[in-house]
This record gives sequence, C-alpha cells and structure tokens, in this order.
Amino acid sequence: MSDTKKTSNTPEKGRGEIANWADSENAGYEFSFGADASRAPVSQRRQMIKAQQVEGKIGGLVKVTIDGHEIRVPMGTTILDAAREAGIQIPTLCAHEDLCIAGVCRICVVEVEGFRTLQASCAYPITQPIVVHTHTPKVRQARRHIVSLMLANHYGECYTCKRNGNCELQNLAEQYGAERFLFGHPEEPLFEKDLSSHAVVRDMNKCVLCRRCVRTCIDLQEVGVLEAVERGAHTRIDTFMSKPLADVVCINCGQCINRCPTGALTANDPREEIWRAIDDPQKHVVIQTAPSPRAGIGECFGLEPGVPLTFEMNTALRECGFDAVFDTNFTADLTIIEEGTELITRLYKALVEKDEHVALPQFTSCSPGWVKYLEHFYPEYIPHVSSCKSPQQMFGAVIKTYYAQHKGIDPKDIVTVALMPCSAKKYECNRPEMNDSGFKDIDYGLTTRELGQMIKEGGMHLPDLPKSDFDDPFGTATGSGVIFGASGGVMEAALRTVIELVTGEKVESIFEHADIIPVRGFEGIKYVELRVPKVGPVPALLKHLVPNWDWLDGATLKMAVVHGTANAKRVMEDIKAGGKFSHCHFIEFMACPGGCLGGGGQPIPTNPEIRAARAKAIYSEDAAYEVRKSHENPAIIKLYNEFLTDGPCGHVSHKLLHTHYTKRGKVIN
Amino acid sequence: MLQSEHDLMRCEIETLVEKLGRERSSLMPILHEMQRKYGYIPSFAMQVIADELGIHPVEVYSVTSFYAFLKDVPGGKFTIRVCNTISCDMAGKDRVARQLEAELGIKFGQTTPDGRFSLEYTACMGMCDQGPALLVNDIVFTRVTPELVHQILEECRGHFGIYAIQEEVH
Repeated sequence: MSDTKKTSNTPEKGRGEIANWADSENAGYEFSFGADASRAPVSQRRQMIKAQQVEGKIGGLVKVTIDGHEIRVPMGTTILDAAREAGIQIPTLCAHEDLCIAGVCRICVVEVEGFRTLQASCAYPITQPIVVHTHTPKVRQARRHIVSLMLANHYGECYTCKRNGNCELQNLAEQYGAERFLFGHPEEPLFEKDLSSHAVVRDMNKCVLCRRCVRTCIDLQEVGVLEAVERGAHTRIDTFMSKPLADVVCINCGQCINRCPTGALTANDPREEIWRAIDDPQKHVVIQTAPSPRAGIGECFGLEPGVPLTFEMNTALRECGFDAVFDTNFTADLTIIEEGTELITRLYKALVEKDEHVALPQFTSCSPGWVKYLEHFYPEYIPHVSSCKSPQQMFGAVIKTYYAQHKGIDPKDIVTVALMPCSAKKYECNRPEMNDSGFKDIDYGLTTRELGQMIKEGGMHLPDLPKSDFDDPFGTATGSGVIFGASGGVMEAALRTVIELVTGEKVESIFEHADIIPVRGFEGIKYVELRVPKVGPVPALLKHLVPNWDWLDGATLKMAVVHGTANAKRVMEDIKAGGKFSHCHFIEFMACPGGCLGGGGQPIPTNPEIRAARAKAIYSEDAAYEVRKSHENPAIIKLYNEFLTDGPCGHVSHKLLHTHYTKRGKVIN
Repeated sequence: MLQSEHDLMRCEIETLVEKLGRERSSLMPILHEMQRKYGYIPSFAMQVIADELGIHPVEVYSVTSFYAFLKDVPGGKFTIRVCNTISCDMAGKDRVARQLEAELGIKFGQTTPDGRFSLEYTACMGMCDQGPALLVNDIVFTRVTPELVHQILEECRGHFGIYAIQEEVH
C-alpha cells in the first residue's frame, strides 16, 4: 500500500497514476462489503465490542479464568477465542475461521461455573467475568459421547477414504473418543454416492452434519446449493429438491470440499484413468501445471504452507511417467495477450467508433467457477465475459494442434492432463464445446491433492527431489503467468502488458520492480483507476486492430478485482443498478476466496493464514523470474510468428483460443 | 393476455410478498398461504419465493422439509392426520386407524390412487382429553369412533372444495 501512496502522491510528468479506491474522488461512495455484508443471520456472525481502555465500563475488557489462567479479553470474545489466546486447546469441528458461527457439533463444550449445562465455547460470547473449565470429567464424558454419536451415523471406511490421515473426525475419535462404539456403528452405507457432477462427489454416509458446507455454499460463496433438509434424526444435507448435484446451480468451486471435516465431500478423482494412460505406450501423456498447486503441494508432504516446489514437482511428474511437463503460465501469458487485445478492441469500438452496443466492463473468463456462476445467476451479462478460454483450455487446444504438429504426434494419441488447484476445472474440461482442436482439448483435470497422492504412489517424497525445468517448446513462462494464482494476479499481469504496449515505457519506471501493489491482497473487492499519462507507437502485434493510441491519451482506465462469488454478487448487483462498477472497463473475477490459491483442489485445510502464505510464495516466485511480462515471453512471440499468424484475436486464435457460453439461468426444473 | 400457470403463480407470490413483507421472516406466512392454496409448495414456487425474499431456493426447500405440515409433493385433496400420541392411543386410536386404512385401502403415509385422500400420523394436537383425535386438512375431529370415520369420509367424498365439513362433528 505504501507504494500506492508514493506513486499517487508524487505525480511526476509522464508517469502513470494508479489510485486506490479510497484515494479516488468517489471515496465517499457508500457500499459495504466484507463481513458487514454477510448474509448470515446476525446471531451467527462474530460479534465483538471494540475494547475500550476504561476498565469496568461497558465495552471494556472482561476477566475470564480458563483452567486457572486468568486473561482479559474484549467483551463479546467467544470462550474458544479466549482459550486460544491463553494457549489452551479446545477441540472443534463445526467451527471454521472462514465461516459464521454455528455451534451445532457441540464438541467444543466446556463447563462454565454457575451454569447447569455445558456451553459450546465457539458460540458463547463472554460478557461478564466467568470461570471456565475445559476438561472436567463432565466435559470429557460429553465429548466422548458426542464423538461416539457422530460415529454412530458415520459409515467410516477409513482405509479407503480419501481423507484417511487428514480427517478431523478421525483425529477427534483418536483424541477424545471412546475405545469402542458406544452407540453402534453403521455396517452398510445408507445413502448412494452422488457421482453426477464432474467435479464434486457427495457421499452422505460420511456426513456428520457440521454444516460447514452449508455455510460455505450459502454464506461464504452465496451460491446456495446445499442446506440441511428434514429434521431431527432424519436431518441430512441435500440439494434443492434432493436433485443430483449436476442438475442444480452448483458452480463446482469446491470450497465445500476444502472445508468438509470428513470425506463426505471429495473431488472427482481421475487418477486411475491417468495412470492407465501413462502405462499405455501408445499414449503421449502431457501435463500442464498451474501456478497455485506449486504453492500448495508442499502441504501434502507435511511442509508449512507457502513453500513453492515448482521445480521439484517437474522432476516428480517425469518420474511418474508424464512424457512432457509444461507450464500453464505459458497460456496465462497467451490469455493476457488475447484478453488484452479483446479489451482494446472493445474500448476502441466504444470510445472511438461510439458503438453503444459494446459490452463494457469486460469480465475475465479464467475462473470456470465464476463463469458458471455468471451463466446461472446473471446470464444477461454473458456478452461482458471475455470470449477467451481459460489458460487451461487454451493450452489443451495448443497442445493438440501446434505441439502435435511440432512433434509429429497424432493428436488422438495425446492425453492432456491439467494440474489445477481447482475442482471446477474438472467440469470445464468436460464442457461439450471445449473440443476446438478436433479432440477433447483437455482430457483430465487433476487437483493438487490428487497429484500429491500420485507422487506418494510413485514412492517419492517431493521436497527431497532434485529440481528440473519445464519442457520445450513452451519452456519457462513469465512472472505474469505465475501471479494468476492470486487474487489480483490477472489484473496485475494485464496492467504490466497494457501499460508497456500503450505508453511504450517500461512498467518498472512507474511501479518499482513492476509490482503493482494496489491490486494485490485479500480485500474482497479492490477498485483501481489508472490514468494513461502518455501514449507511444502502436506495437506491431496490434497494428491490424488500432491505428494509433491517441484516443487513450489522458484517459482513465477503471478496473476492479473481485474474489469469492459472494463479492462477485455484490459487484454484479451494483452493475445492474448502474453503480460505480458499471463504469469500469475491466473486472477480474475469481470464484474462490483468495483466488486460485484458495481453490477447491488445494490441500485441506484452508484458512486465511494458509492462503496468505501461499500468496506470498506465488509473489516471491514471480519476483524471481527474469521475464515478468507476458508480451516479452519468447515462446509467445514464437507462437504468434509460427502458428497464430493472423495475430491476437485473429482467425486461428478465434477458432482455437476463444469460446462461447451458455445461458443457463438459475431455474431448476 | 395469455398467462401460463407459472406466470399466475408468480403473480400470486408477488402479491403475497407485497402483503406479507420482503424479509426472511415472511417466509413462513408465505409458505402457509401457498400450502393452503395448492396443498403443497411447488418447486417453481419455492424458487420464486426465494427470489422475492433474496434467499436461496434450497433454504426454502430446507424450511419446507422441516415442517410436517408443509409439503413439497402434492398430497391428497384431504389429508387425514391421526394423533399418534399416548392419550389418543389409550383412547382407542388403533381401531380408528384400522378403520381408515380399511376404508381407504391405503396405508399410513400413502395417498389414494384417485388423489383424494392422504393418510398420515401427527404428533399431539392438544386434544388429549377428547381422544382419539384426528385432523382433516385443518379441521379437528375428536372422540372419533370407527363409525364416525365412515361418516367423515362420506362427507368428504360428497364435497367439492377442500373445506369438506364446515361444522365440527362431535
């Protein structure tokens, strides 16, 4: 943020200015986002009174004694938070840092002196001095019974479960459970698995009704697919009218998978098919790896979050038997060129040709969860979405055409696998329209977790492996591609390229190290403005589209960065109402909180600290790249010279790299 | 202007929302009205209600499935609910239940093939002093005997609307 201030407060001539929302003239604009805008009932939101310095006054600190430790906490703090502050462990299951309070699982019960019953510490706000005991015999017995009751309805096939070893229920049973099943244990599954979705598999036999998925889907993402249905002993988590997941408005973001404490929600696993393809000597199996899995995969091997293992992973993939390992960042760079060109074309049409039908702001199309969200909830805004495919799909099309030609391999023998931090990518590669290469562009979407499993199956310990680089002809990409993984990354990458193409000046002369800090960070909605200080000559790449840049001289480009579909919803509603965001030119949307690094295919668990650590890893990797701007990527320049000869948004690129969308609507029949 | 069934239902819900309010708390009264009118909450109606109140359709479904008297599938025109609690049990509920099953030819939890009667159990209706008690739609019958069952069913059969019998039979 300090960099922002520096640039905007010292407007030197010929320098670009980028202004944070708060700095802009509309700073007084009333709009509430974030926790205040949560649609969770007030009773379930975290309430906290700001601590006053005056002792004993309302809103002051309250004394609480937990297991003999005396601490003072602001009024409204829950017992759980107070205990954590005091370094005392209280087990939790339904509580999650990203979600509102539910207090349904009761595993966190504690004894509060003066109360007849045990209190759920996650949902008990401290408003007066209290004395708490966290492991009295009464509490221990209650916890044992609670775990046993959960196990009584949990069809636990632990050995074959995807969450074996990473299951919160398993941990609780180990730490607090009884030595035997006090209330029985199901021998047979009671529900059928819902395998209808390409992305998410629901197995209600393992559900413990903690409602984390419900709160994730309804409050955090505001998609509204899952809810508790029926009541009492018949309660189950289900979709609208108990329909299969593929038939409802699920956007496949997989945030529910990341927050499910058990194996009730998992991703659709293509590992077996991929192994089979690898073992088939006829097949040329190619994998592309997205930036976010590198920042997360270490967690599968017990490392701290935020350790990037890009080059170790390349070695592991080759060891697994993949014939070529590519970097999705290559097509991320390609996306920047294509999407940027599309934006310039739209702006030109709107500003110079005064075409009123041009759909602005242009929305990004990299996040398949976001695309499906828009198709369901705002189908009338489909013309606003960039027609560019996501980097994953672009790569598939390029591999099965350009690469196949280059290598002299029949594209029907090529199997393309995409390593993604995302469950929606599994759905995206199965979209019927994604076969512009004449074959299914991407055959399988693989998540970070599943690759971790594959590497383990291959008998490797990832952090110990030697490093190796990506394969030619796409080679190592640029730093711009890497940051696609974090919220704001697409915008930053686009800005680096656009600024240079338009002004003809180096980005580094405007932003130190080409780090565009205002678009980074985890704020739900970021709004930035960029005044074009001067214009340069039109680069050769874009000559066929615009004669000169004069029309952009002195113009102010308005942009926004949005992550999480709940925030996307607010921005869309604002656009619908003709508010601030309807005047934007370009908006980056990511379906998952934090962007791809918080995606539904990333290692479990997830929380704000873990996502921040992964973001740090991504930005540190970006900083280490020599080439950090998409248009400077030599492989991209080569691709346009050799293959996409009619330039960005030309005929070939339109056929291979662009797509169309479906008006789905939200009505469920 | 030609209006489809869905258009009409949408209009109706909009009117209800105008009358009952647009808050989440208006959900129950709206669902009650729909249940009264249609005998169940159609899935289309749930989605329109959700839209109007700014909540998710699955939440409406969740609420509907929570309450026994709100249904998401069409039941019979007359839903007969027999009290299943201990006082009515001791007062001879079993005979009444058997008579109902025999006369309608269906078991509890089922609907007659002609779609006229549904049979189910309900929890206590507070008529413990006058058991056995049963409900036909929202009308209570107390001190029911097998003979009275026949009489009630006959009256229902002879009726057109859902309010078969306006006066309570005691």
